[in-house]
Amino acid sequence: MQHLQGSFVNTLYRNVLGGPTGAIGLGLLALLLLVFLPLTIDSFRLNLMGKYLSLSFVAIGLVMCWGYGGIMSLGQGLFWGLGGYCMAAFLKLEAAASIAGEAGSDQNKALTTVGIPDFMDWNQITVLPWFWEPFHSFPLTLLLIFAVPTIIAYIIGVAMFKRRVGGVYFAIITQALCWTMEILFVTRQGWTGGINGITDLRTLLGWDIRTPENQTIIYFVTCFLIIGCILFGRWLLNTKFGRILLAVRDMEDRVRFSGYDVANIKTMVFCIAAAMSALGGAMFVLNVGFMSPKLITIEPSIYMVIFCAVGGRMSLIGAVYGTLAVSFGRTFFSEQFPALWFFLMGSIFLLVTMVFPDGLAGAVRRWIWPPIERLFGKGRAISAAVKEGQP
Amino acid sequence: MTKISAAILLAMFGAYTWDELQVVLIMQGFAGISLFSIFLLMALGMAIIFGQMKVINMAHGEFMTLGAYATVVCSYLSETYAPGLFHWYFPVAMIVAFGAAFVLGFLVEISIIRFLYKRPLDTLLATWGLSMIMQETFRQVAGARETSATMPDWLMGSWQPAEGLDIPINGMFLLGVSVLLTAAITINMYYSRAGLRVRATVMNRDMAGAVGINTRLTDRLTFALGCGVAGVAGCAFTTVGSISPTAGSQYIVDTFMVVVFGGAGSIVGTIIAAFTIAQAQSILEFLLSGVLAKVFVLLAVVGVLMIRPQGLIASKIRK
Repeated sequence: MQHLQGSFVNTLYRNVLGGPTGAIGLGLLALLLLVFLPLTIDSFRLNLMGKYLSLSFVAIGLVMCWGYGGIMSLGQGLFWGLGGYCMAAFLKLEAAASIAGEAGSDQNKALTTVGIPDFMDWNQITVLPWFWEPFHSFPLTLLLIFAVPTIIAYIIGVAMFKRRVGGVYFAIITQALCWTMEILFVTRQGWTGGINGITDLRTLLGWDIRTPENQTIIYFVTCFLIIGCILFGRWLLNTKFGRILLAVRDMEDRVRFSGYDVANIKTMVFCIAAAMSALGGAMFVLNVGFMSPKLITIEPSIYMVIFCAVGGRMSLIGAVYGTLAVSFGRTFFSEQFPALWFFLMGSIFLLVTMVFPDGLAGAVRRWIWPPIERLFGKGRAISAAVKEGQP
Repeated sequence: MTKISAAILLAMFGAYTWDELQVVLIMQGFAGISLFSIFLLMALGMAIIFGQMKVINMAHGEFMTLGAYATVVCSYLSETYAPGLFHWYFPVAMIVAFGAAFVLGFLVEISIIRFLYKRPLDTLLATWGLSMIMQETFRQVAGARETSATMPDWLMGSWQPAEGLDIPINGMFLLGVSVLLTAAITINMYYSRAGLRVRATVMNRDMAGAVGINTRLTDRLTFALGCGVAGVAGCAFTTVGSISPTAGSQYIVDTFMVVVFGGAGSIVGTIIAAFTIAQAQSILEFLLSGVLAKVFVLLAVVGVLMIRPQGLIASKIRK
């Protein structure tokens, strides 16, 4: 019994935490996010961090989908946005209800049709559209945040991968789909808030999301969810599924001839990446209190891929660092040196693809781990794990 | 233009007669032909780069912008220093635009693209970075505001073959340029030694090298040629639109869709795809609103690609 339990814990340690290297890497990330940052920066900056971190969900999904599965999607903004819009719809209805509550029966005091989001009223819509109805219920909203993007990803995946559309073509098609959705969201003003998006969100189940204390709580929730996603990703990549996924990336035909349905495997990982992105979108809305179509179009989607590339496309933890580094750099440089910023960003794109295809994680593996190993002299186990390339 | 908007108003109230509808369809058809020419000019360069070399050049739009700015510079120079020759500066500008984009493309191939042939998805990221750098350079040098080249007289005005029909000359010029360029590229790719070398390199690099083709140089020239064609596209674009640093990039997704839809590597496919997409978009624009037309066209293209992933005209190369 003791032995069994021991082996179970051991398996968990190896496959979910990723052995010693993985545990140390994750521990450092947790220390940074949960202890160091909250202690050193003010609540405004912490909120900014929360905003960036909600983008790293997409990058984690892309590590699995692109790094391990070889499927580059330039349309992750689509799923991220759908998750965000679902969350925003729920919050908006709650805000509308609270406005209605304040105004009572006096229509004029509310300055808008009571009980529906204000932007609908501005667009001469007086009855809530049917697809907004589910967002009255919180459990249903939580379900839809995952269900809507996953189902759409499933449809895209089945349609494309069953027809063996892949690689470059898949990237271009997802980009076009992402653009399509942005156009739809911008033009259907009465349904989606148009170019302004859904703004002025206030409370989640009566709990104010705008006060600094509560934003700090949301930040911590975001961090825990990220760590959860990383653990889930590690577990998944260490299962048989993960091995097959790698095989699909490296030699698709051989996997197909071995009797696997390659399309199903690709669709599955694409759906998981979509669900993770959607979770990120929902957390983004909680962190910043609005959602806008400008955040989900072609350019942000390419940025999401570059987050993943900068962090290292084979590293789940790297995805988080990549997102933070690029986003912070973007904010800092675009404020300080707006002209230089584009040159710098362009150079990052070039450098990462040409000189550091393994990103930050690759640099750490090559230059930072070996000296530490030598220092502590426990070399072999770690270097073996490093060479094996633990996720 | 006023006639189109008047016709749209009529259509909105549902009170148009068959004759008016015919005129509208013809005019929208010509608007579509303008769009077709732009798509085709952009797509030709990309059909060479993406279709033959499998390199995704996200900076393709910026090479077009470069050609457009080169034309603006030529127009300015000839206006200031050689007013007598102003009437005929346009052909010179076209050569300059080609040359500028060709040389830059050559340099980009040497410094960036040649390291990434084995990783086509990475060319996408790298060239996106390149496009950011180029856009910002345009913004620093030429300013963020829209500029345009001064057109010689013979490109202005319109041709009225019948009552109510108004066909702009610059649109016809654009069409003429794209037809000539298509012919030139077809001849270059399929009926010349240079094209033979390109096709041999694409089909079987090792064997092409073994029979004495300099495959490295072929890659370089092919990429530069694709960029140069984009430069000519930019030059032709100045006749119908004004130029801003982001002028080219707004066509990049459409262009990719055209090339993929037509079947990568097939010039005939590219022409058919550019024509179909441009006409569908411009006629739907009359029936629906402009942006919804775009959505319909994009979704339709994606739908067709599901049925025919290899595009309309598939190249018969064994992979």
